[in-house]
Amino acid sequence: MIETGRFLIKQISVFSENRPGRLAAIAKALEEENINILAFSIAEADGFGVVRTLVDKPKKAYEKLTGLGFNVAFTDVIAVQMRDAPGGLYEIAKMLGDGQINIEYSYAYSGKEGAVLILRVDNADQAVRLISSRGATLLESRVFQ
Amino acid sequence: MMFWDPRMEEMPREELQRLQYRLLKTLVYRLYSFSPFYHDRMKESGVHPDDIRTLSDIRKLPFMYKRDLRDNYPDKIFVAGQDDLVRYHVSSGTTGKPTVVGYTRNDLDNWTASLARGLVSCGLGRGDVLQVSYGYGLFTGGLGLHYGAERVGATVLPTSVGNTERQIELMQDLHTTAIACTPSYLIHMGEVAEKMGLSIKEDTDLRMGILGAEPWSDTMKTRIEEWLGIKAFDIYGTSELSGPMFCECSEQKGFHVWGDLACIEILDPGTGESLGPGEKGELVVTMLQKEALPMIRYRIGDITSFEDGVCACGRTHPRVMRISGRVDDMLIIRGINVFPSQIEYALMTVPEVGQHFQIVVDRKGALDDMLVRVEVSRESFSDKITDLMAIRKNVEHKLRNTLNVAVNVELVEPGSLPRFEGKAKRVIDRRKL
Repeated sequence: MIETGRFLIKQISVFSENRPGRLAAIAKALEEENINILAFSIAEADGFGVVRTLVDKPKKAYEKLTGLGFNVAFTDVIAVQMRDAPGGLYEIAKMLGDGQINIEYSYAYSGKEGAVLILRVDNADQAVRLISSRGATLLESRVFQ
Repeated sequence: MMFWDPRMEEMPREELQRLQYRLLKTLVYRLYSFSPFYHDRMKESGVHPDDIRTLSDIRKLPFMYKRDLRDNYPDKIFVAGQDDLVRYHVSSGTTGKPTVVGYTRNDLDNWTASLARGLVSCGLGRGDVLQVSYGYGLFTGGLGLHYGAERVGATVLPTSVGNTERQIELMQDLHTTAIACTPSYLIHMGEVAEKMGLSIKEDTDLRMGILGAEPWSDTMKTRIEEWLGIKAFDIYGTSELSGPMFCECSEQKGFHVWGDLACIEILDPGTGESLGPGEKGELVVTMLQKEALPMIRYRIGDITSFEDGVCACGRTHPRVMRISGRVDDMLIIRGINVFPSQIEYALMTVPEVGQHFQIVVDRKGALDDMLVRVEVSRESFSDKITDLMAIRKNVEHKLRNTLNVAVNVELVEPGSLPRFEGKAKRVIDRRKL
């Protein structure tokens, strides 16, 4: 049985009002603490949004942002390596679909390790086991943090 | 059941109304003859004392406002001369220039009698030690309660406000059984006691609080009663009425307004239309026996409702509920009266959002649009947009049920709404009317 915990990555989620300057305020705070942003996305709703980001020092980021008054939560996500070529996303998405894993949300980046898909799924343990058993590569949390 | 003045307190309603009519008629004739201020007011409104033929004709009389006292500072609308006055009190003037009120000997007697009836009705009397922690001096609270309590035979401990630790020591040493102060000061006292390693509930003989001089909610009342182990009674008054005047009886279902001293109306603050029992509106008071400074149809600006039926305690005089807001704070949204205090109340039932809020009113096309901004609490924030949307929907639903008008809710970051010390300015009205 695969030990899934090491593949769960702590994502920082920050509540943000939908008005100019909020992202800048978050980014500035992270810069001040010398925290590197590895990936991020913004989910927007009517009048507010949630900024989701993977950083190299999540605990420090949490403390800094909370100290500034931001509403911050940790969320577990997983990261899957993709082929950085046409069809790369399809392979992973099909694997999850066939395995009946539902994606709550997702974002991607293409960096040093190649293309990486960040996933928030309803059952992370199950997803980790499925992805590993199908031969795809999951990135361990220590790669980021 | 104890009464201070049973004949008056249990007077059948018809008899009481006849008495009120006689007192009103006398008052109007007296003012028309001796008060240049009110004489002119009546002339302007085209009312003559002869037009007052029934008690409900009171509605023909012109209103008085706080500004009438300010404009006539210090004593230009007094009807008694200075030689007939036995006391002055002066309001602090937090909302403008200070105002002065004056009392004849009879005025003081009626004030004290009103409090004596009220204090006995909530169970205070001989054997009690009443700690009066209202301010003594120019403010009416301290001296008012002082003489009222002495009249009913309670032992008064005139601590006034401040020096809270000393107050708590005295409360223990002299076995205080009742305290008169603002609800917020009593809460402060409870907190200071805990810092001293004491519990008011366990370590004192306090059994009742006579609380007023500021708005407070049912939630606060319940908290005070459970935490401090006492019964909390509402007391109401303003310096223009004499001071603290009317106190809840042991039934705790509103304070009795003694009909021989005052005649109350509840009006729709927008239209001025007279409202019936249970309907929320602006309290308007006519003081029927005041000599030095008569107040006719005085629009205090407080929002409440009244109940007309005979109280379970046996008293026939109408009851007024705890003040729920101020007219100055009222908004009219699509024709519906909305008070910020209602929003505060509704938000208390939604733990996911804090109790701070801001109201933004605008006009979209022909329609008023009301937006309420609330802070998402740290504990309830999750990464999921759907959870946040559900919180917002829940708040919208609660507000709509409370206010009877559709409201948009905006979730904002915790700590981002302005905080206020003292009077809160929670409304931004952008309507250009």
